[in-house]
Amino acid sequence: MTDLATRPAPAPVAPAPKRGAKERWVRRAPLLPALIFAIIVTQVPFLVTLYLSTQGWNALRPGQREFVGFDNYLTVLTDTRLRAALFNTVLLTAGAVIFSLILGLALAILLDRKFLGRSVVRTLLITPFLVMPIAAALLWKHAIYNPTYGLINGIFGGSTDWVSSYPKAAVIATLVWQWTPFMMLILLAGLQSQSHEVLEAAKVDGANAWQIFRRMTIPHLRQYLELGALLGSIYLVNTFDAVFTITQGGPGTATTNLPYEIYLTMFRKFEYGEASAAGVIVVVLTIIVATFALRVISGLFKVEANR
Amino acid sequence: MNRRLIDSAWGVVAWVAGIVFVFPVIWMVLTSFKQENAAASNPPSWIFEPTFDQYALVFERNMTPFLLNSLMASIFSTLLVILLATPAAYALSLRPVEKWSDSLFFFISTKMMPVVAAFLPVYLLVKHAGMLDNVWTMVILYTSMNLPLAVWMMRSFLLEVPREVLEAGEVDGAGLLTSIRKIILPIVSPGLAATALICFIFAWNEFFLALNLTATNSSTAPIFLVGFISSEGAFLARLCAAATIVSLPVLIAGWLAQNKLVRGLSMGAVK
Repeated sequence: MTDLATRPAPAPVAPAPKRGAKERWVRRAPLLPALIFAIIVTQVPFLVTLYLSTQGWNALRPGQREFVGFDNYLTVLTDTRLRAALFNTVLLTAGAVIFSLILGLALAILLDRKFLGRSVVRTLLITPFLVMPIAAALLWKHAIYNPTYGLINGIFGGSTDWVSSYPKAAVIATLVWQWTPFMMLILLAGLQSQSHEVLEAAKVDGANAWQIFRRMTIPHLRQYLELGALLGSIYLVNTFDAVFTITQGGPGTATTNLPYEIYLTMFRKFEYGEASAAGVIVVVLTIIVATFALRVISGLFKVEANR
Repeated sequence: MNRRLIDSAWGVVAWVAGIVFVFPVIWMVLTSFKQENAAASNPPSWIFEPTFDQYALVFERNMTPFLLNSLMASIFSTLLVILLATPAAYALSLRPVEKWSDSLFFFISTKMMPVVAAFLPVYLLVKHAGMLDNVWTMVILYTSMNLPLAVWMMRSFLLEVPREVLEAGEVDGAGLLTSIRKIILPIVSPGLAATALICFIFAWNEFFLALNLTATNSSTAPIFLVGFISSEGAFLARLCAAATIVSLPVLIAGWLAQNKLVRGLSMGAVK
């Protein structure tokens, strides 16, 4: 944002004048390969999922595939495992997003000040985000949570089996560790886009640091907080690696989230029809979240265009 | 004077926070240089004689093919993404098609669809086509996974090309190719590099698709780690060595792209 602010932002859309058909296709040509590729690889499979969700189909009983209408949806929505999975998805996603936002905000505020080695500290702080997710999950499971040689018990004593005693917290803590840097980067960009003159003017007018933070920084950061929360939710709703690695959804269904449950329905129970119906339900839920996400993102674009 | 003291105190706090956050990674690297009995000790051992044994062991267990598969899947999908996304981003920014914003939001909406939701048909199709356990399947899927991100990111970089310069070029009779080569590329090439690095990171780290679509021939690096999930006993140091190796390319890519990381991760919404 900083470099855009110094010169007038180019208007992204020229009002499209009426053009000939040939000219329009020439303009569209560079777009088409990507568009067609995306439609074939993402939209067509989803339409097939819609179709499969109306089929009673277990791959272990070949040849017995029939139209069952909305039965799979009924099964899925009344199944206690799936309801647990839905609840866990919301809990794991919300928990990870909220805690990483809070920590990310604290770290962003620290990094917004000038101090010796600031860029080194920033590099250190983004490192957890770059560790391969399954490697991070394994690292936490074995090197940190393990009751006999894990780092927590090794430093603080005790013999708590962290993963079996607090499975949800164990998964969330690992996700928070990986996602805090993401939130920090977005919020830091937000902090650094504040106008210094306005902040100085507030100081001259006698506002103290807390008042400035409360009345100016937080409102300014609001859209960045929203953006971080929504992008984080979109990525974290899909959490699979951490659940698969740390708890395998257990104990019981304590940490089974929707992606993991759908994976089990597909590859352990081979209930293809039910897995498809669950998939469609996940998409509907995501669309609800995504609608808000798109509104926030287009809001940011408007702000940028008005600069 | 007082203020400088406060500033440096906050600096110390920031340093402590940075070290706390990065500590599990440091611990991972330290442990990878230990022998197994030192790695599994309680209390943790801080002083030990470093050894490369674990790294040697990991490669003895045939890690190389996993790394090569990952490298192939990541590099080829990144190239394909850039080839598809850059022209598309051009048609959505500098020379916009009609209803350009619909296409733009279509791309981002495909990113929002959870992978599991459309995975079954993909799996069935891949299976029937005999493309299971094939690196090129992964290349295609990783391309579609990263395409929206790359389109949005490239668009945000292309918008930084000043229109006046482009128009001046056109007046001087520069053709499309000339203006791409002489005007657009020099301005967007850092952005192009950052986009490629971020696509590489996501492809390299991908786990779900690799787990379900690859087996002996085309398993990628994350799959090498699956064997460590349930194992008990003397293996922690070896796990850390393997985890360090698979994370290293992404750490390097991420450190290189760190100034543009936030822009890519927010689909170009935050600069």
